[in-house]
Amino acid sequence: MKEIIIHQEKAQNPAGLVELCPFGAIEYQEQQLSISAACKMCGLCVKNGPPGVFEAVEERVEKIDKDQWQGIAIYIQHSHGEIHPVSFELIGKARELAAKIDHPVYALFIGSEIREKVNELGCYGVDKIFVYDQPELAQFRVEPYAAVFEDFINAVKPSTVLVGGTTVGRSLAPRVAARFRTGLTADCTFLDLQPNTDLDQIRPAFGGNIMAHIRTTNSRPQFATVRYKIFSAPQEAAEVTSEMVFRTVAPEKLVSRVKVIGTHVKEAVEHLEDADVIIVAGRGVKKEGDMEMIQALADRLGAQIAGTRPLIEAGWVDPRRQIGLSGRTVSPKLIVTCGVSGAVQFTAGMGGAEHIVAINTDPNAAIFKTAHIGLVGDMYEIIPQLLERLENEPAKALICKPVLAVEEA
Amino acid sequence: MEILVCIKQVPGTTEVNIDEETGSLIRDGIDSKMNPYDLYALESALRLKQKTDARISVLTMGPPQAKAIIAESYMMGVDTGYILTDRALAGADCLATAYALSQSIQKIGMPDLIICGKQTTDGDTAQVGPKVAELLSIPHVTNVTRIKNIDAKGIVVEADLPGEVQVVELPYPALVTVEKDIFQPRLPSYRLKLQTTDRKVTTFRLKDLADQDPAHYGLSGSPTQVVRIFPPETEHESEIITGDTVVLTEKLHDMLSKWKFV
Repeated sequence: MKEIIIHQEKAQNPAGLVELCPFGAIEYQEQQLSISAACKMCGLCVKNGPPGVFEAVEERVEKIDKDQWQGIAIYIQHSHGEIHPVSFELIGKARELAAKIDHPVYALFIGSEIREKVNELGCYGVDKIFVYDQPELAQFRVEPYAAVFEDFINAVKPSTVLVGGTTVGRSLAPRVAARFRTGLTADCTFLDLQPNTDLDQIRPAFGGNIMAHIRTTNSRPQFATVRYKIFSAPQEAAEVTSEMVFRTVAPEKLVSRVKVIGTHVKEAVEHLEDADVIIVAGRGVKKEGDMEMIQALADRLGAQIAGTRPLIEAGWVDPRRQIGLSGRTVSPKLIVTCGVSGAVQFTAGMGGAEHIVAINTDPNAAIFKTAHIGLVGDMYEIIPQLLERLENEPAKALICKPVLAVEEA
Repeated sequence: MEILVCIKQVPGTTEVNIDEETGSLIRDGIDSKMNPYDLYALESALRLKQKTDARISVLTMGPPQAKAIIAESYMMGVDTGYILTDRALAGADCLATAYALSQSIQKIGMPDLIICGKQTTDGDTAQVGPKVAELLSIPHVTNVTRIKNIDAKGIVVEADLPGEVQVVELPYPALVTVEKDIFQPRLPSYRLKLQTTDRKVTTFRLKDLADQDPAHYGLSGSPTQVVRIFPPETEHESEIITGDTVVLTEKLHDMLSKWKFV
């Protein structure tokens, strides 16, 4: 879209300009300034440098006709007909966005023997549901699913496509977006629409320490993935309001080189998402043996243990128990963070918690901006003292169902 | 058999701040490292090398300094390394990155198997792997948690889906992205370090690729555009309690009682 050119003759102190670039992309060798492949095209050298030395040259690009693309489409995630709740959350968001620009909301429902689920889906205010119900689509395989997605986009020409950020969504969406050579923004935590139908997408980047506002300005459809529990699902209406459109794709287009040999249920794990109380261990935990103290607190509160990325990477906490954008999103009744600094990559995964308690020795820790109760102190003192104090009290009949029992049922 | 692993150099730390006045990124030094998730992809390839007679190559895209991670992968047992570096690639989003990688892979010659890490720690998108597979028109499977079998024709893997595990057979050529806990990555070996000090790294520039149109690369080839970056905001009423441990413990106990958790 643009290129940065250097006007060497205007540089008074060329050697000093190397410092302008936070990525180290400006080099000064043999009396010449140059820009290396480390350049991120951030434009800071143009903005902060001496006038006229660095110039951003815009390239002329043919503009697409955005009016050709109408509507917001949701990819309906399901497992053998059981619809994943993220799909309803995205329908809610799509309706809100579509109302702003008077666009329709579409749903794309791909699978085999899913017709009886269509009515369930029809009660959420989607204008049209496109159903592809074919035996070849019984198992998720990326090639046939992408072929159906392609058929849908060519037939409907939606302006925006929202996909839930599950493992299936994060495999399928990039495949389809790349096929249309269009933009896809991962794990958006905020979505809005411009009057010109450009989708405003905000997502944490750079390890979550910065937020990036991203737009797909000149290609359609514009794709975004959103994690489970970021948005809220709409109320289910009493009757079906959606129009159903049944389509098929020629079976020869649904062939796949991938063969599904079998499926099996995951080994029974307590799902962190179902926990009412969660104790989170962070980098403040000094050694693996100290997890016993965290466990003791969890046991006393009927809680599950979770961890932040450093503890997952250290192998002290099961990777399935990571909270944050690269892990799980949870909204329990109570969350107690122990020695967690509170990077947004983590807090984005727990913002929905009803009560958030943070224990951290650093009064400036970011976690205190998210916590409802922030205790500036040492968990190595507070947790043992609390446990000692609770020893003399009878355990409260838990207001939450014990998660293990739920799993066994 | 040929296995290619895609790797990336990422900042050594994710502690990045923004100067609110200038809007510029503040980074402490230029400390960088191999994307931790790529270590699992490398380890998977090296384990397969032990079972078959596979040759392992790595491919990275980035500034010339990114050669450091190729040297590191040589110390782990990788045979050949390629780096794609060109100013025209600056500002590439996931699609432009995947396109540049797919062009490089065609230049190298299509391997039997391409292995990518689950995601990077800087972009965190997990999108480049599937996009490379699409642009090369080969099948892919993401979130691979286990490699069950490998032979001259294909590979059998287990993939993590919502609610179930899928056992999938993939014929070559194919691309997989592997999960973090698939294997424990080995450490670089000192013996291999000595042996590979002089091993060559092949450098590709835009002019080496079949498609040399700069409009398809870097910022020009990126459909997504960053409007702005800003520090995360929190607007929250929070009660911060300081004092000695007795005070803090008492407060915690009171709140837990009030909320009926004890």
